[in-house]
Amino acid sequence: MSVGKPIERLDAVAKVTGKARYTEDFTLQGMKHAVYVRSDIAHGMVKSINVDEASALTGVRAIFTYEDVPDILFATAGHPYSTDPGHRDPYDRNLLTKHVRYEGDEVAIVVADSELIARKAARLIKVEYDKLPVLNTPERILADDAEMIHPTGNIVGAHEFVVGGDMAEAIKSSEHTLENKYSTAMVQHFHLENHIAYAYMEDNENITVVSSTQIPHIARRIISEALDFPMGKIKVIKPYIGGGFGAKQDVVVEPMAAFLTLKMGGAPIQINLTREECLSCTRTRHPFLGTAKGGIDKNGKLTFMDVEVVSLTGAYASHGHAIAQAGGAKACTMYPRSVIRFNATTVYSNMPAAGAMRAYGTPQVIFFVENMMEELALKAGIDPLEFRLKNAGLPGDINPLNKKPILSHGLKECLEKGRKLIDWDKKKKRYKKFKDGTIRRGLGVACFSYASGTYPVLVEIASVRMALVQDGSVHVLTGATEIGQGSDTVFAQMASETTGISTDKIKVISTQDTDFSPFDTGSYASRQTYVGGQAIYKTAEKLKDNILAYAEEMTGVLANRLQIVGDKIVLIEQPDKTVVTLKDLSIDAHYHKDRGGQITAEVSYKTRTNAPSFGCTFVDIEVDIELCKVDIKEIINIHDSGKIINPILAKGQVHGGMGMSIGAALAEEMLIDDETGKVYNNNLLDYKMPTIMDTPDLKCDFVETEEPTASYGNKSLGEPPIISPAPAIRNAILDATGVAPSELPMSPKRLFELFKLEGLI
Amino acid sequence: MITKEIEFTVNGQLITLDVDIRKSLLDVLREEGLTSIKQGCGVGECGACTALIDDIPMDTCMYLAVWADGKDIRTSEGESRDGQVSKVQQAYIDAGAVQCGYCTPGFIMTSTAFVEKYKGQKVDRDLIRKEHSGNLCRCTGYETIVCAVESCLKD
Ligand code: FES
Ligand code: FES
Repeated sequence: MSVGKPIERLDAVAKVTGKARYTEDFTLQGMKHAVYVRSDIAHGMVKSINVDEASALTGVRAIFTYEDVPDILFATAGHPYSTDPGHRDPYDRNLLTKHVRYEGDEVAIVVADSELIARKAARLIKVEYDKLPVLNTPERILADDAEMIHPTGNIVGAHEFVVGGDMAEAIKSSEHTLENKYSTAMVQHFHLENHIAYAYMEDNENITVVSSTQIPHIARRIISEALDFPMGKIKVIKPYIGGGFGAKQDVVVEPMAAFLTLKMGGAPIQINLTREECLSCTRTRHPFLGTAKGGIDKNGKLTFMDVEVVSLTGAYASHGHAIAQAGGAKACTMYPRSVIRFNATTVYSNMPAAGAMRAYGTPQVIFFVENMMEELALKAGIDPLEFRLKNAGLPGDINPLNKKPILSHGLKECLEKGRKLIDWDKKKKRYKKFKDGTIRRGLGVACFSYASGTYPVLVEIASVRMALVQDGSVHVLTGATEIGQGSDTVFAQMASETTGISTDKIKVISTQDTDFSPFDTGSYASRQTYVGGQAIYKTAEKLKDNILAYAEEMTGVLANRLQIVGDKIVLIEQPDKTVVTLKDLSIDAHYHKDRGGQITAEVSYKTRTNAPSFGCTFVDIEVDIELCKVDIKEIINIHDSGKIINPILAKGQVHGGMGMSIGAALAEEMLIDDETGKVYNNNLLDYKMPTIMDTPDLKCDFVETEEPTASYGNKSLGEPPIISPAPAIRNAILDATGVAPSELPMSPKRLFELFKLEGLI
Repeated sequence: MITKEIEFTVNGQLITLDVDIRKSLLDVLREEGLTSIKQGCGVGECGACTALIDDIPMDTCMYLAVWADGKDIRTSEGESRDGQVSKVQQAYIDAGAVQCGYCTPGFIMTSTAFVEKYKGQKVDRDLIRKEHSGNLCRCTGYETIVCAVESCLKD
């Protein structure tokens, strides 16, 4: 039995010794380096471009401008291909552009012997622009006479739904209603390993791209589309990757690397972005601006919630409107017994492009909802925790959006557990005396709901191949990608659980190579343990059956009398009696002259369910009014992610998400000038990613429900931990100070303005 | 290109190299195959390139290779010997302080220096935090990293 155990991660030693090889750690003889020439204005048309001085530099091998790239528009978002043309991501990018749409847009690229020379040459290229107006606020972007950022217009997508009943009636039945404005900031993934890829050719018609990507199979398709090059002749390899958080669920440098090698006779070409480029020229999180309304009846029931947002996708759509769509949909299951309206519009702007980022639009929507919930409870004069407990979903409630019953729903238990762990009731009373003066104390709570994958919006496909090796060990090949979250280890545990083979005999091949890794769309949407887990289960069952059938053939003992334990096949009734070892069986299967063959199993499976997952954050803070500073005294996340497969890895996911959310709550934001589109802080000194000093002790716990649609009872966990800490902190600030922040981040600068406005300082 | 011959010890081995004087120690160590030295920013902000130089954690991206002349350098590769990981490396594994692993070798060197410096002394989490503040990690929220270091000082 392996599921549920804190098994050491498979790649732990490789990583602590520094022997794990990431994309930059591979070099090829004669590798050349490519560096983009980026616009220094946020909106305009290239008027002229002069490469003479750069070309003359020793070591420069080639320069390509927007005039040299194929006239093909492509979409970069790492989504599975949609067979419905109306459902595809916007095809809005060329490899290089004449129309620059954000500060840092790509107009040319230099290839040189070293990165240093390429950067020097890139600086020598002179570009003149005809400037266009910079559009960075919804008012300007949506104005009737606004300049078009793309020929398709400035609106990328819009939708609305009302579910769970009649809105007018819900409003009528409310004792109190309210409406407030909220907004979230543009923040950065800040994966430690920057975006990097290199490409080369080994003949005249096949391209290999090695990339730090979450989505090797999708990357292959997009490269093929961007270059109009046959998909079967492209191979994408994903080695170890230094974090992604969604920024690498997008194709950023891969098509260009492939284009360059194609142009340069197959020479190996690397594109390795700098931290500065990574911060402002890859992907960010969509800022949301808008309102949330809600109503409460005289019994404390949430009658309705109504969220209206504008989402800024920046210069290119990338994941575009899918972010707001997913955010709205995923927030529907935490309080499923109310009427829910969600209205969203996604617009282009002259800012860095926003894409997928951990929890995909949901942190933004939940920030709106959970702020509104807090204020509604206060208005009605009930404890905000009681209000949430009363309205939290229960198993058997219907998901108002897809009308399907929610089979496991542990939100209420999470709230109850958190209440105890943080000592809510006692502290609530105790902190009543800390509501004035310089140092104030407050408690906050916020809930979330999420999903386990993207079905039914997108296909959920996972494929696995298992093979018995001659020594009796098992190799597991999957297209699902380990990006640090621990999926390889979890897959080994699942395979062990189902086959009976011990985990130390199971090797999950960590590198994906689209030439031989079975098809899977990759790491995103917290899908891998849920969706990939189904394929692992089915493959492991098959492998076990194939092994036992061969044991019967070999030994004459009927397969239904046999089971695998560790590295042996034993009698079910007498487990201490070895019938044959896996090693002996495998040698026989491989080398017996008259029977056998390699024992393998392969399954490709589409998951057609999507279990919501739940949880909440409790936080205890101190606010220093004079310093406008929030000090987190205690913070706890409690999650219902179904059965926990590996408690150490699970906690790691929770801590990581909490840390990121605390950063987004208190410090992180990309600062962009409304007038010029200039990015002020695309470096780590000015972009306040939390250091170890800024991050408090993090606690977490689980409510282990059993999800019947998952092979191992599990639900999503990778992204959810980032959702609720920020609104919980915000609600604690409100509790401590009586001041209700409505914008992220709640940095000292912003709190100063608020406290001043409210007369606290 | 101007070069200079330097002699230094890397993970216990004395080596002599003729290096381009413009190169950082990060470049030179990586060229030597010590790719545990990662580049996360190249300008001294992230700590992914940390090595111990005479037992002090340094950002090698900000340290010219020529300055390493006569110095003793340690990297994560050298901390595991004969297939055995070091105490600090094992503590990171046991605490679950490894995720994507990109910050890990750098962090491990900072922790190694810390543990050697404070061996036998009582330290609190604040001090651990303070002395690891030059290393950034986006995956772990630092929680398990602090726990790993604490556990090294326990016995
Ligand atoms: S690479 Fe040296 S500190 Fe970031
Ligand atoms: S483990 Fe990924 S950055 Fe630290």
